[in-house]
Amino acid sequence: MLMLVLFLKNTNYQKRIPKGILNDFNMLKEEKYKKLKDIVKIYLPEDVAVKDIEQNSHFMNDLNINSANLVDIVLDVEDAFDIRLENEDMEKMQTVNDAMAIIDAKLAQD
Amino acid sequence: MNRRVVITGLGVCAPNGVGLTDFTNALLEGKSGLRYQPNLEQLGFGCQVAGEPFVADKTIDNYFTPLERRGLNATGIVYGVIAGLDAWIDAGLDKNNTDEPSWDRGIIFGTGILGVDKFREAIHLIDDGNVRRLGSTSVIQTMASGISAYLGGILGCGNQVTTNSAACTTGTEGIIMAYERIRQGKADIMLTGSCSDSGPYVWGGFDAMRILPRGYNDNPTEASRPMSATAAGFVPGSGAGALVLESLESAQKRGANIYAEVLGGENNSGGQMGEGSMTAPNSMAVQRCIRNAIANSGIEAADIDVINGHLTATTKDALEIENWTKALSRKQDDFPYINSFKGSVGHCLAAAGSIECVATVLQFKEQVVFKNVNCDEINPEISKLISEANIPRQTIKYAPKVIAKASFGFGDVNACIIFKKY
Repeated sequence: MLMLVLFLKNTNYQKRIPKGILNDFNMLKEEKYKKLKDIVKIYLPEDVAVKDIEQNSHFMNDLNINSANLVDIVLDVEDAFDIRLENEDMEKMQTVNDAMAIIDAKLAQD
Repeated sequence: MNRRVVITGLGVCAPNGVGLTDFTNALLEGKSGLRYQPNLEQLGFGCQVAGEPFVADKTIDNYFTPLERRGLNATGIVYGVIAGLDAWIDAGLDKNNTDEPSWDRGIIFGTGILGVDKFREAIHLIDDGNVRRLGSTSVIQTMASGISAYLGGILGCGNQVTTNSAACTTGTEGIIMAYERIRQGKADIMLTGSCSDSGPYVWGGFDAMRILPRGYNDNPTEASRPMSATAAGFVPGSGAGALVLESLESAQKRGANIYAEVLGGENNSGGQMGEGSMTAPNSMAVQRCIRNAIANSGIEAADIDVINGHLTATTKDALEIENWTKALSRKQDDFPYINSFKGSVGHCLAAAGSIECVATVLQFKEQVVFKNVNCDEINPEISKLISEANIPRQTIKYAPKVIAKASFGFGDVNACIIFKKY
């Protein structure tokens, strides 16, 4: 089963430029920001609009996002950017800018 | 305080109908909600028939926000929220749009086990060393009180918000608990009901006990045969039923539609003594439960026109009838009409009591006694006790005044409730 998965992945790899590589090296800042905004918007309470999301918005204080949902935002960011965030990263991730910086740092590590 | 309590709202998410209209029509016609389940065959179940409500994706969107829907993998919560909100709206009540909890409104919404599919997801992640990937809703979807917590948040209730659990007695027990709370003056309005998840992880244990019918996989609508000579075991189901109970005073003040009055009820246990066990009822307790419910309600046994039994379609059906005849001191032609909805709905386990109470109460509104299905040939042990004419095989026009409803469950627990036309 594992061999099959690897085979399929490799075949895919040769057919087109893999998404992972794009994410890692070429993704524009705006693209990353948009991707992050798309993740965050579903967690906004009714009284906060998507247009209220700004680079320096604090997730809990400005966007009124439930603290339990920060856990889910972290998981969504991991999936979307194909990175892994540690507990320390989570604690540092207070604002949209913090999240962008952490994503950049993780992508640079890979 | 001894206030009168009435039913002002009903909601249902059942295998044979989601919403009151479909459910009522299904009961009038005896339309079955039991179907062959291919996944149960793949998993090697002996009984591959079960009851599961049809809930379209777009229906779920009407009850849950996109955020709530993310990672939602607890069918019991879906059924319970649909039935609960429907009952609330049916009662003419609104969500709480103020800044303060509704202190006089509470929730008692039971379940047996909740979010088993979500729990399975979590087990796989944990066993793979991936606990960090569980997300934030693993707890709220798998805690038993998840259902009352979801409803309590949506409705902004500030009175008691809790979940009761007493196996297949759960739904009926909850109604009695809600009734008592209002009667004592501790709440004005209580949303009560129960829900049960669908799927192999809920039903598997019963299949393993060899108490489900194995001969109807090609003929699913005939699998559940309460009171029949050929009853072969109960067919597992799932879903939710919900009722809004309210003080008569509050209902009158709001000008609410009143379906029926709850006259009283009783919860008890046979202590797993005598013939009672973890899985079998102690008849002494069953009869006592019914008699006490009648006494608490201030009526006589002779006042009961219709009974909705527990009647699961096992060999215990005849014993249940015998217990009713003894508790009421009524038999043969003198016995009330009796029906079981499990022939078309299956045995919805923790949701059985509430779904069946919704159906029971609908008989006042429709002025009928809903038919029994799959019992053309009545169990001879039952025919010895009561007249066959008291077991309607067709829905009959009849305006009931007093209906008794009982549920019994594993752990030797019993609940009996008395409803009266208002």
